[in-house]
Amino acid sequence: MPVVDTPVTLTPSDAVLTDAEVHRIRNDFPILGTEVNGKPLIYLDSGATSQNPVSVLEAEQEFYEQRNAAVHRGSHSLAVDATDAYEDARAAVARFVGARTDELVWTSNATEGINLVAYAMSNASLGRGGEAARRFALGPGDRVVVTEMEHHANLIPWQELAARTGAELRFIPVADDGTLRLEEAAAVITPATKLVAFSHASNVLGTINPVARLVRLAQDVGALTLLDACQSVPHLPVDVKALDVDFLVFSGHKMLGPTGIGALYGRAELLNALPPFLTGGSMITTVTMERAEYLPSPNRFEAGTQRISQAIALGAAANYLAETGMERIEAWEETLGARLVRGLGAIEGIRVLGPDAGRPRIGLASFDVDGVHAHDVGQFLDDKGIAVRVGHHCAQPLHRRLGLTATTRASTYLYTTTDEVDAFLDAVALVRPFFGAHR
Amino acid sequence: MSTGLEQLYQQIILDHAKARHGSPLREHDGVGRVGESHQLNPVCGDEITLRAGVADGAVTAVSWDGAGCAISMASASVLTDLVQGLPRDEVIGLVDSFREVMRSRGRIEADEEVLGDAAAFSGVSRFPARVKCAMLAWVALEESLLAANA
Ligand SMILES: Cc1ncc(COP(=O)(O)O)c(C=O)c1O
Repeated sequence: MPVVDTPVTLTPSDAVLTDAEVHRIRNDFPILGTEVNGKPLIYLDSGATSQNPVSVLEAEQEFYEQRNAAVHRGSHSLAVDATDAYEDARAAVARFVGARTDELVWTSNATEGINLVAYAMSNASLGRGGEAARRFALGPGDRVVVTEMEHHANLIPWQELAARTGAELRFIPVADDGTLRLEEAAAVITPATKLVAFSHASNVLGTINPVARLVRLAQDVGALTLLDACQSVPHLPVDVKALDVDFLVFSGHKMLGPTGIGALYGRAELLNALPPFLTGGSMITTVTMERAEYLPSPNRFEAGTQRISQAIALGAAANYLAETGMERIEAWEETLGARLVRGLGAIEGIRVLGPDAGRPRIGLASFDVDGVHAHDVGQFLDDKGIAVRVGHHCAQPLHRRLGLTATTRASTYLYTTTDEVDAFLDAVALVRPFFGAHR
Repeated sequence: MSTGLEQLYQQIILDHAKARHGSPLREHDGVGRVGESHQLNPVCGDEITLRAGVADGAVTAVSWDGAGCAISMASASVLTDLVQGLPRDEVIGLVDSFREVMRSRGRIEADEEVLGDAAAFSGVSRFPARVKCAMLAWVALEESLLAANA
């Protein structure tokens, strides 16, 4: 582990990120100075989970050392302190995505956020939540729409919801170039559609989807929208109000935060009408032996003792990103992403998935190596200290659509250097010769 | 190249991964009772369908279809060469020995006298994430033999 002196305080700046500044940023991330298999770690798997800066690690530790207490329960000083820190973190994360504080619900991760909405809709379909929740109710004849590029987290909860309610699940297909077939979207999003759930950016293709157009199609038929922002909130400026979506989910561990914490944004008016999913302590006003009244959002959806230290650490992560500047991070990753896509495309036998460099995409690239299975590609790279993701990346239907079972994915973040991308490209060029696939 | 990688991907493994002895899957008419098994590794999508024929207590024929990494495909190919013609009980013993080596985290070196080319997979046991790849065809064989007996 490198010696970390005082954490570098980044001054917000409009200047583009450079390799020199990225090297300064790297000093904030202890793990980036470690070695793997005797080689300096080249971490190109931030799309799966990102690394943590010292400020995030310290926030979590400091909470346990100085403020640990249950929040929103009890009135001793420590509990008040803990509650303040917890709610400050909520405010920081809400601000980070342009939400009101009462519109940001803590979840374990994006998966839980999506399931929360799906189960709440399920409850509404059973009549829970009364008249106000009718708009969330589904039944035979109703439709939920997703896309063919979804992560399993934004597919299976809807399959299950459809199965429970008798609604049908339809999808917007993916074109060969890794973009959504928007001309089909208009046909799939019919007046029977109650919800359109789709990803902002694909974790496999890197495609940034045209949110405004899809939201418009949904709104035209009166359907709700849920945006899976797992791969956008960490990498580009996101403003929930500008996007005009009804619900949005993301995971803390992909944006420099710890595991075990994520968030669901929902428009206040919707969250306050949505019946709860998990029930129990801390989410009620009056309870009798027969029934209970529920608090408004966000507490309504936060039953039981919460992930306090993780929420506080995620607040620190959001502040770190905001101080660095999301526009700058977006621009830096765009450069790295284009370098990845062009570099990979220039290697014989490599097929890069998703849109060409220069089209809207985030800083990752998934690819197929002719004659070499992704698992072997990953093993070869690991031997050189390069961490990438291999497999179907929790998107089996998308891989099937592309005629593949597994691919290799390199994903960058604000701490990735140009040299790392180049070292990765050099290593990929050796893969087919090593496995004898170039003949 | 570091030794770790070359220990894992020995030339014999790379050769078998391409040669794929026993692939594609065949019908196996007139070779006795035939059992079939499909195995899937949900982590990486590696897949194999393997058929084994058993007559007079011996494994008469093996064939398979698969899609997967070099380790899993080479393992199926090596296994095909190794077990055809051997008594069924001996084959079950080989599967057990192979499994023991694979689960040993590098502590048990395979006996080449017993496992033949399959001994080349000893290095895989040091890579826990890849053990399943190496085992896939062997599990399919084990299940096929059970199915043939059923
Ligand atoms: C696009 C997308 N959606 C959903 C998820 C699920 O995130 P989590 O596993 O943190 O809930 C991921 C991450 O794996 C993702 O990339």
